[in-house]
Amino acid sequence: MTQSGRTFFLRPRDMIGIVILAFLLIVVLPLTLDNFRLQFVGKYLTYAFVALGLVLCWGYAGILSLGQGVFFGLGGYCMAMFLKLEASSVANTKIQTTPGIPDFMDWNQITALPWFWEPFRSFPFTVLAVVLVPAIFAFIVGFALFKRRVGGVYFAIITQALAAIMTILIVGQQGYTGGINGITDLRTLNGWDIRTDSAKTVLYFVCVGLLIACILIAYFVKSSKLGRILVAMRDKEDRVRFSGYDVSNFKVFVFCLAASLSAIGGAMFTLQVGFMSPSFVGIVPSIEMVIYTAVGGRLSILGAIYGTLLVNWAKTSFSETFPELWLLGLGGLFIAVVLAFPNGIAGLWQTYVAPRLGPLFSDAVKRRDATPPATPPASGPVAPAAAE
Amino acid sequence: MFSDYSLAELGSIFVMQGFAGLILFSVFVLMALGLAIIFGQMGVINMAHGEFMILGAYVTYFTSQFFLNYLPGLFGIYFFIAMILAFIAAGALGMAVEWLMIRRLYKRPLDTLLATWGLSLILQQIYRSVFGPREVGVELPGWMMGSLPVTDSIEMQINGLFVMGLTICITIAVALLMYRSNWGIQVRAVVQNRIMAGAVGINTEKVDRYTFGLGCGIAGVAGSAFTMIGSTGPTSGQLYIVDTFLVVVFGGAQSLLGTIASAFTISQAQSTLEFFLSGSMAKVLTLLGVVIILMLRPQGLFVIKVRR
Repeated sequence: MTQSGRTFFLRPRDMIGIVILAFLLIVVLPLTLDNFRLQFVGKYLTYAFVALGLVLCWGYAGILSLGQGVFFGLGGYCMAMFLKLEASSVANTKIQTTPGIPDFMDWNQITALPWFWEPFRSFPFTVLAVVLVPAIFAFIVGFALFKRRVGGVYFAIITQALAAIMTILIVGQQGYTGGINGITDLRTLNGWDIRTDSAKTVLYFVCVGLLIACILIAYFVKSSKLGRILVAMRDKEDRVRFSGYDVSNFKVFVFCLAASLSAIGGAMFTLQVGFMSPSFVGIVPSIEMVIYTAVGGRLSILGAIYGTLLVNWAKTSFSETFPELWLLGLGGLFIAVVLAFPNGIAGLWQTYVAPRLGPLFSDAVKRRDATPPATPPASGPVAPAAAE
Repeated sequence: MFSDYSLAELGSIFVMQGFAGLILFSVFVLMALGLAIIFGQMGVINMAHGEFMILGAYVTYFTSQFFLNYLPGLFGIYFFIAMILAFIAAGALGMAVEWLMIRRLYKRPLDTLLATWGLSLILQQIYRSVFGPREVGVELPGWMMGSLPVTDSIEMQINGLFVMGLTICITIAVALLMYRSNWGIQVRAVVQNRIMAGAVGINTEKVDRYTFGLGCGIAGVAGSAFTMIGSTGPTSGQLYIVDTFLVVVFGGAQSLLGTIASAFTISQAQSTLEFFLSGSMAKVLTLLGVVIILMLRPQGLFVIKVRR
């Protein structure tokens, strides 16, 4: 799969793919959709960050994390805490018993700002926290688990439990976190009103820009030596270990990277939608984020973006017209993707469409000869039974 | 947190919370038994396990309605018939699911997780459409109501005791089946070495199907028992699925004894903490404790030594 002698990390067809995606998101959608729909797309794109992280973590490294919602939530909550503090200035909250603290704290008889809220008055700190807090959390979890060679199914279950713990904790500690309602009524970012239509359009473009930057990072990781070690590790972990690599360090790194990417998505979500709540943290949203990646193609960076857009678009349109059918459709999607199209949309594209598009895409043809398309990606069997 | 209570009161609190914990323990064990068979023995992650349990609960509910309307004289014993029906219904559905879906995914355990999650969404929606979104509760027969006074500050509900007794019986039956019967030997042989088991003449596909069916059937019985102590709604199953998986993983996936021990630890920790902290913090601390122990000891409490 490697092309020796390549100096630039993007292959021509990757570049074309990114340009097409960028053109679609920056030109086509803003011109064809009204503001209301464009904001929806902006919201979907924040999930695409998570999907991107999952491609690296699950598709390339074979680590299925069912707790990406935790990182999405951590990023979102960091941003929401900053915005909330700005919205609850002493002037805005003078009717409260304790002016200057967020309204939900006042409702819960808390009279002073908790210590962990204090640093979020600073915007630079918040931006750093959005990226670093989830990464540190992921590092602790990943380090403890991967060093002990926990992987595959066990890792999935433990991350899922973390998602459950996080939701219960946020809901339970109402006074500190806003509880089940989350942190709402966010108004301005450094004095700039984020609730207006024009602000939302600007945020949409910021989101697209960040997403493309993250896509480039993902391609860079994928084509670097690190990316090749990840794939090797997924396919034959023991051989990589016997070759002298410390497998767990690579896993920890990719897990932290995926966490940071998800958190950027979460922060953009808070900015665009204007609130953050535990319903984006728990088990159900976390596993839905996995299905975005699976539908798009767990091995394709761009596929995951399209998968996210497609599933969310279907979700919105189905829930508008036939709310009760949506769960059936989503459930069917899970089963169909796993049983029939394990490589998702990207797999279909590479098997049926790309070979007809000429020499620029010839790489796909070569690869198809090497590995028959009927074989599912080696995502399952590689997951080592952890506790052996 | 102990200073507000006298010693005798503390004793009663621990006994009562311990009893509440034992009921939770029974539900955990019943759910975890099925899961331990499916996950521990077959390596399949069945995220729809809770929905199989709820199927059993609905079967019990409808049996109780049937007896109430047509056979009121026999209402006292309807539960035993309902339990058998629940086992058959959930087991049959489980075998169908194995045949249609799971058998294609044995080599991809992570994908079974996604596929069965999809199945659980579908089943939830079907329950909601067919049985309605509201929670239903069964009517208990007269002999199950009331409670036994042990001392003047300690009482034990009869339905709780009944569920506990039932749990013990089912656990013993499963243990006998897995460790003493011919079929159990076949199941364990297939798990330990599929190719060799096939070579010595075990029909591995059939063993897989019946194992999965048995696991789901036990989930159905668990749902049946669950109706005795709580009400049933389309999404009740999902409340327990994460806890149950933790129970199984914590106990050591392949060991029935480990499953029981971990169910006991987790349920007791949770119900005792619940009295002193809020319910949500009790759950957070319990789950966090389990996760931290799993980080230190990923293989779980009990491990079967197998040469691979």
